[in-house]
Amino acid sequence: MSYTKRNDGRKFDETRKMEAKLGVIPRADGSAMFKTGDTIAIAAVYGPRELHPKFLQDPEKGILRCNYDMTSFSVPERKKPGPSRRSTEISLVTEKSLLPVLDLKQFPSAVVDVFIEIIQANSGTRCAGITAASMALAHAGVPMRNLVSAVSVGKVGDKIVIDLDKSEEDYEEGATDIPVAMTGNHEITLLQLDGSVSKDELLKALELAKKGCSEIDKLQRKTLRDFYKGVKDE
Amino acid sequence: MNNDYIKSLVEKGKRIDGRKLDEFRKIIVETNISKNAAGSARCRIGETEVIVGVKFDIGEPYPDSPDEGTIIVTAELIPVANPDFELGPPGSKATELARIVDRGIRESKCIDFKKLCIKEREKVWNIFIDIYPMNDDGNLIDASVLASLKALSDAKFPKITDDRVDHETKTNVGLKLNKIPITTTLYKISGNIIVDANNKEEEVIDTRLSVSVADGNIHALQKGGNTPLSFDEISRMIEIAVKKEKELAKFLK
Amino acid sequence: MGNIMFKEKDLVVPGDVLAEGMDYLPSGGCIRDNDKIVANHLGLVTLENNRFVKVIPLTGKYIPKIGDTVIGQVVDMSFSGWYLNINGPYEAALMVKDVAEFIDKDADLSQFYNFGDLIVAKINRVTRYSNINLTTKGPGLRKVTGGKVISITSTKVPRVIGKQGSMVQMLKEKTNCNIMVGQNGIVWIEGKNPNDELLATEAILKIEQESHIDGLTDKMKEFLESRR
Repeated sequence: MSYTKRNDGRKFDETRKMEAKLGVIPRADGSAMFKTGDTIAIAAVYGPRELHPKFLQDPEKGILRCNYDMTSFSVPERKKPGPSRRSTEISLVTEKSLLPVLDLKQFPSAVVDVFIEIIQANSGTRCAGITAASMALAHAGVPMRNLVSAVSVGKVGDKIVIDLDKSEEDYEEGATDIPVAMTGNHEITLLQLDGSVSKDELLKALELAKKGCSEIDKLQRKTLRDFYKGVKDE
Repeated sequence: MNNDYIKSLVEKGKRIDGRKLDEFRKIIVETNISKNAAGSARCRIGETEVIVGVKFDIGEPYPDSPDEGTIIVTAELIPVANPDFELGPPGSKATELARIVDRGIRESKCIDFKKLCIKEREKVWNIFIDIYPMNDDGNLIDASVLASLKALSDAKFPKITDDRVDHETKTNVGLKLNKIPITTTLYKISGNIIVDANNKEEEVIDTRLSVSVADGNIHALQKGGNTPLSFDEISRMIEIAVKKEKELAKFLK
Repeated sequence: MGNIMFKEKDLVVPGDVLAEGMDYLPSGGCIRDNDKIVANHLGLVTLENNRFVKVIPLTGKYIPKIGDTVIGQVVDMSFSGWYLNINGPYEAALMVKDVAEFIDKDADLSQFYNFGDLIVAKINRVTRYSNINLTTKGPGLRKVTGGKVISITSTKVPRVIGKQGSMVQMLKEKTNCNIMVGQNGIVWIEGKNPNDELLATEAILKIEQESHIDGLTDKMKEFLESRR
């Protein structure tokens, strides 16, 4: 079946409306909110700080710990509060997506904790979380050689699209969901897929992800700069 | 780091941020925080921020109240809000917070549980109230109560299609709140009583008393902290809480 | 041969390319990536001596340096000394042999510095594994009593102190408070009354927020005068 028009009227290579804000959690060392369409993610960074228990410490460098969580009311059918196998896996891939840009050699035996909370979900939550976390880490002053942006791409029916929403993820005739994260230099740090695509379709999707991540990277940089610019122009 | 300083200030009737002893920080209450919730709200008191989502579901009633719906209040103290909150199942602090919010709503008969009955002994509405602090700068209890009440007043029942709840479609039928049970937590530091302790002040409190008041009547009390309270102190604390009811209820309009 | 890709005091973000070519060297807050110099901190970029590209971070935890004077709080004790929270990722150790007072072999250490005490100390040793040693041997190093303590981002400390101490001196005069600024971002304030201390607190937090603006000293002077 042909997916000729996107459910919300977007072009196939158009991301949803995005919004980002810095410093939303005053107590945290760094924090950010990222919204795409109806998906809202909040990231809070605490650290580098001392890591307990001691056996988890790495005496050569700091470690990164990520925790992804969804509020019970973020989804239509109430989700029981607390971790699930899904959130545990997402926490892991989130950590793997951010670690490559961080320089934690200056912080032996310490930990940088990243806590992601999804307060409203309409697909693309792990990507929104990673995008928010990247800004929060920069805000916290953790040395990082680049930002990381993330977006989902995929195949809905027969079309390669970017930033799938829930209706597309659940498309009756089948959809392939491909969350991708990359650094500002387009090095891929998160790549997952579930569905069915050919090699050419995958490469086309990744090209689309590159375009989307560039847009998101621009928004992240603007958000970081504007946070300080606002005070500057006072 | 400022424990002695805070104590000596309170002895002189002053606060570390210049407030009066009975003065709340700036309060903001907003709804519509999360679309997928039946009702949601955010309450900010100073830099403390709590979000609450309300969800409805249909379930069986408890055997001893076959014609009554239920409320289930849960608090998740997520580490986003405070680096000392640990991941894991709710501990005593989270449980106490949830139960204080629950008690205020339940005992004031804020909600008529009988109106939540769909079919006696078989089907009733369960209302889930889930509390998530997002930034802990003290006084989570009062902020959680305000956010919970706002979320409840904002909540709309989901549609029922073919005997099943359609969580993605809202009706425009809301919950009727018969009472607005406002909680004010009073804290004792160095012999003086303050309201709305911030994070630094909470570290030096001797004891606290949360008082839930609706229309001047006291519906719930919870004493926390390690030192005792005198009859006189309790009396003064309740007086302040009764006064504060009107002041705080304004934020729920 | 090379290219500078920024203007003085531009605000840069991790990943921003600051310079191209091998003529330039990274000197803090940035790294070399092949023939490019790239920011690895959110901060203000500057060129020193026409060669060194430096990014002054706007945020970040305190990184302990030998010679820094810091203000810390005693959080633990052992037979050999005290352990202080210096508002960074690591606790710092103050060993008995490094204190100014003479301490008898069997003395009760809490008689000298007790849990919760605030100490002004100097960092005299930092190991690769982030063991930090402090000393109170030296002028001005001691336990402080009274007053209050606030915490600011350690990267803003130079702004609060000002050129040759000009900013902190002005703060002291205008607020009538005694003020000590630790390199670790802990600031001790003692005034004659809580209102003065509150004003000093507000002023310092304002400097922290607007640290990257020029003409800050004059702006702060105006602010303080308007509040008197």
